[in-house]
Amino acid sequence: MSKRSHITTTINNESVDFLCEPRQSLLEVLRDVLYLTGTKEGCNDGNCGACSVIMDGVLVDSCCVLGVEAEGSKIETVEGLSSKGELHPLQKAFLEQTGMQCGICTPGFLIAAKALIDKNPRPSEQEIRHWLAGNLCRCTGYDKLVRSVMTAAESMAEV
Amino acid sequence: MHDFEYCAPDSLKEAIGLMATHKSSARLLAGGTDLIVLMRARRKRPELVIDAKHIPELTELKINQEGLSIGASVSCRTIYENDQIAESYPALVDSTSLVGGIQVQGRASIGGNLCNAAPSADSIPTLMVLGAIANVVSDRGERQIPVEEFCVAPGQTVLEDDEILVNVTVPAPAANSGARFLRFIPRNEMDIAVANSAAYVELDETGKNFRSARIAIGAVAPTPLFVEDAGAALTGKPISEESILNAAVIARDAARPINDMRGTVEHRLQLVETLTKRVLNDAVKRAIGEKV
Amino acid sequence: MNKPEQTKSEFRVLGTRPIRPDGLDKITGRACFSDDFHLPNMIHGKILRSPHAHAKIKSIDTSAAAALPGVHAVVTGDDFPKVENKLISQGAAGMINIGEVADNCIARDKVLYDGHALAGVAADNPHIAEEAVNLIKVEYELLPPVMDVRTAMADGAPVIHDDFYPGAFILPTEKFLPNATRMQLGSGDLEKGFAEADIILEREYTSETIHQGYIESHITTVNWDDNNYITVWTATQGAFGLRDHLADVLLVPMANVKVVPLEVGGGFGGKERMYMEPIAAMLSHKTQRPVKIALRRDEVLRATGPSSGTYVKLKFGVKKDGTLVAADLHLAYEAGAYAGGPIFLGAIASTSRYNIANIQINGFDVIVNKPTMRPYRAPGAAQALFAVEQMIDELASECGMDVVDFRMKNLTKTGDLLVPGFPCAPIDTVKMMETVKAHPHYTAPLNGENQGRGMAYTMWFNLGDISSAQISVNPDGSVQLITGSPDLSGSRMTFAMQAAEALGIDVENVSASVGDTDAVGFSLPTVGSRTSYATGAVICDLVQDVLEKMCARVALLWEIDAELVSVEKGVFSNKEDSKLTMSFQEACEKLHETGGPITVHMTGSPQSFIPGTCVHLVDVDVDPETGKVDILRYTVFQDVGKAIHPDYVEGQMQGAAVQGIGMALNEGYYYDAEGHLKNASLLDYRMPTALDIPMIETVILESPNPLHPFGVRGCGEHSIIPPAAAIANAIHNAVDVRLNSMPMAPHKVCAAIKQKQAAES
Repeated sequence: MSKRSHITTTINNESVDFLCEPRQSLLEVLRDVLYLTGTKEGCNDGNCGACSVIMDGVLVDSCCVLGVEAEGSKIETVEGLSSKGELHPLQKAFLEQTGMQCGICTPGFLIAAKALIDKNPRPSEQEIRHWLAGNLCRCTGYDKLVRSVMTAAESMAEV
Repeated sequence: MHDFEYCAPDSLKEAIGLMATHKSSARLLAGGTDLIVLMRARRKRPELVIDAKHIPELTELKINQEGLSIGASVSCRTIYENDQIAESYPALVDSTSLVGGIQVQGRASIGGNLCNAAPSADSIPTLMVLGAIANVVSDRGERQIPVEEFCVAPGQTVLEDDEILVNVTVPAPAANSGARFLRFIPRNEMDIAVANSAAYVELDETGKNFRSARIAIGAVAPTPLFVEDAGAALTGKPISEESILNAAVIARDAARPINDMRGTVEHRLQLVETLTKRVLNDAVKRAIGEKV
Repeated sequence: MNKPEQTKSEFRVLGTRPIRPDGLDKITGRACFSDDFHLPNMIHGKILRSPHAHAKIKSIDTSAAAALPGVHAVVTGDDFPKVENKLISQGAAGMINIGEVADNCIARDKVLYDGHALAGVAADNPHIAEEAVNLIKVEYELLPPVMDVRTAMADGAPVIHDDFYPGAFILPTEKFLPNATRMQLGSGDLEKGFAEADIILEREYTSETIHQGYIESHITTVNWDDNNYITVWTATQGAFGLRDHLADVLLVPMANVKVVPLEVGGGFGGKERMYMEPIAAMLSHKTQRPVKIALRRDEVLRATGPSSGTYVKLKFGVKKDGTLVAADLHLAYEAGAYAGGPIFLGAIASTSRYNIANIQINGFDVIVNKPTMRPYRAPGAAQALFAVEQMIDELASECGMDVVDFRMKNLTKTGDLLVPGFPCAPIDTVKMMETVKAHPHYTAPLNGENQGRGMAYTMWFNLGDISSAQISVNPDGSVQLITGSPDLSGSRMTFAMQAAEALGIDVENVSASVGDTDAVGFSLPTVGSRTSYATGAVICDLVQDVLEKMCARVALLWEIDAELVSVEKGVFSNKEDSKLTMSFQEACEKLHETGGPITVHMTGSPQSFIPGTCVHLVDVDVDPETGKVDILRYTVFQDVGKAIHPDYVEGQMQGAAVQGIGMALNEGYYYDAEGHLKNASLLDYRMPTALDIPMIETVILESPNPLHPFGVRGCGEHSIIPPAAAIANAIHNAVDVRLNSMPMAPHKVCAAIKQKQAAES
């Protein structure tokens, strides 16, 4: 078995070290090594977005990143969205507007939507739909989910 | 996934040395959106994975009057978010903004797309019509390979076991030129092309006639196809429905599609014709300064 | 979004939109789904699956796998007890053959589909387990695969089961058919009916195998402890069914198995069946450690869930005035590897919404070399509707009638005898049609020559049957509600709301949870649009028990007879002295003075086959050169009886509609000639993305269901049924071609347009 590597990262603004084998994806490391199980596995081949995280400011599928590639990276996961007990406006909107049903895709959508709003604070419905096309949701039919993102963007722009 | 070693060289020299030693048992890792998935599916089993994202030559994006140079591990997103590329090479934006979803675009690279050599690759027909050159290096020396000669079979390229794709260079667009890439997928995102087509056109000063044209098509043969005859048929021809249809029909006749889970022979042939018409019309619009 | 019509302000809780109790954990990442569950000392299992569609297993050599460092145990079919074929009842959901359940979980002699499990490995981590699985050597003797219902039913077809054992509901065929059994429904005189008809049309339709497509895979953790007690932690729609089947397959007492339902990341019918639990249990037994098995996405598609591909042949007769007089339906549905597909439900759904005096439905449950078909949201109904509602559209056009008027003419109403032989329970179907016709979408102009509009109408029946619930009333006024119904999309809240409404207290005071199989009484799974209705009705009955007990306690405090205490909207009063009242809260605070907190349990079985209706209207744009169909506008009308939480009801309507759109346009299994599934990924099994769908407008109708105290009807499944038919009708309206094959993928649309052009020129 190849040696485990010692990797140093920053996850949700905290410095985090971990050991991993080269074959372990960032998704596996987050879930099975660090027990940050908010990031979900849906397909494990980059086609559903459930494992979305923000890595050095870039939205990625953590199933398509090796844990060892995260050396020196800054990673944002769903666990870091709320701060000091205060929900992120996206979380608030998803909760209040029923932007979810079963909830398995929700962390991925929240992270993807955050990456969008970070880049484009007032996205149109079409821009939201385009940006979120890499995230599959099988429950909502996307209607309330897209509305939740629109509502969150509006509320953030008002502040 | 099988067990393997990982290293992340920070110089091209080191990477060349590693490839010279490990040859076919090593694979370069750029964005990982193909390689990691293929390893997980047990279709690639390298003993050594060499991360190509810390090698300066492979991560560089340069644009100047002579043209564009894209390091092999530069991400699609870096390419399509570059304003100069959007201005001068919009067809590259067409291609790179279609690879996977936003998440995949943040990692996937043009180098990876080229080396993965999928018949349906979104960037290869565009690189072909733009006259792109793949610059390759090994400890035996360097070589330049026109992109239209790069792929030889599904998943196979002309690269030798020890060679590294460093970058792809694209000449500066000529005056009165325009290019366009389109693909057809059943959904609106997140699919592999059923068929695709790219066109590059140069018009004369009047803007009414083709001076030259290049056409390439994908997902309709074992490799992306550069259809020289289809472009050549437009040389000196007026821009008309008839000349464009003629070129599209030549492109269609060059296609050798198969029936598979993504499409049928008949549909693919029709798509090649339709998409080639559409990319030619759009390329003409871009050549005369219209937005597409 | 249209808000539901305000009937009366008779409810304090129902019809409001409170935030669900499990919501916070789901947006912060803390909710525990099946893969989020870890146990100390846990190891990981992986499964070897057949690469062949149909083969005899000649030998299995596990020695290399067992020898791999890090591997703890390997199991094959020989490690399991032999389970005899026996039909066991699943309540209103039918019967199941437990021998076949066992064989489906791990093959012994024959593999029956690409993906059929035949060995399991447990190792330190999933990577080692997977490497080991690939070291197992299996010798197969290949048999010819049977991949299509018509091939399977043809004379001389290879017989898949030598010891064919017909499933429930299904009557034996009159004539011997290889691999198929038949059911029949009907009334009237078909010959006479067609003789009366002015117009007779005959059509054929097909559809591909489809998958539920839940985003969470199947993941289970099993611990078989030293006391012979087995605990399962998993995401399931039915914990009790899983418990019972696991006990039956392992030949252990049901009381020795406990299933702990975790958060479910989507089910849609695909998570009510057992898959990996026997293998995980046996690996746990062998290693004396807890074992987790998580399926890869390709395994989910190859070996779980799917729903039937179909072949449908119709002959319908109508009078010029639009009266349907005769219908002859031949429905052949894939059962998959074992008998018991959704043919019966498909047959009921096909025509129950119309009165047709002379009708015959022949339904066939057809075994093919594909995974065992499982329910998928209104099982079998969308496939039937795809055929029948296109036929209705054509007949309306032949009669020169508006499509709503034509349906109105033939509409089933309350009390009419339905095809399966029972009368239609009360529902206002006329109001549905009137609402559709009056809606602006129905008459909005279309722009563009390749745009079209289509509609489809369905009547679907929700199940009732067994549910259990338990309520504990605490001395601080809070109320715990435990049910045996796993929550797929917010039902804990809809249960809490019904309990609060019935108790007359605020919903914030009710905490609802899903119990494990040791904590609450037997409950059938969360399927068949039954949960809010059936478990809800049991909760309402249970509340009456609770209130009776509370009245007795209040009587003790007031020192009067219990019969003299009444309760309304959470206030107890003395029937003989209206000034003497006590709030629910006050009564709770005094519980310890009157005998302690109250806990009451109830198991009930509300009636099944409650009708619910919906109509879908859709506008499409067709690109005739590529065959691409874009959805421009979409409106869903649905009669839900009473919307408990309107957001969730709208969510069900929208989500189901979009699953139906996926099925209509792009979803379908693609097998090669040898029976290998070629598109076992979310890349090539193309479910709709956010970019493929517009906003889905919802119109909620509320004609009360008299069999539920608040008038609730099931509403989860119905809206998956009409989309394919509505879209097919819209495509016809747009480009004048009929698509008789689902999915209506671009290549088929293109081919149909070409064919029409060729015929015209």
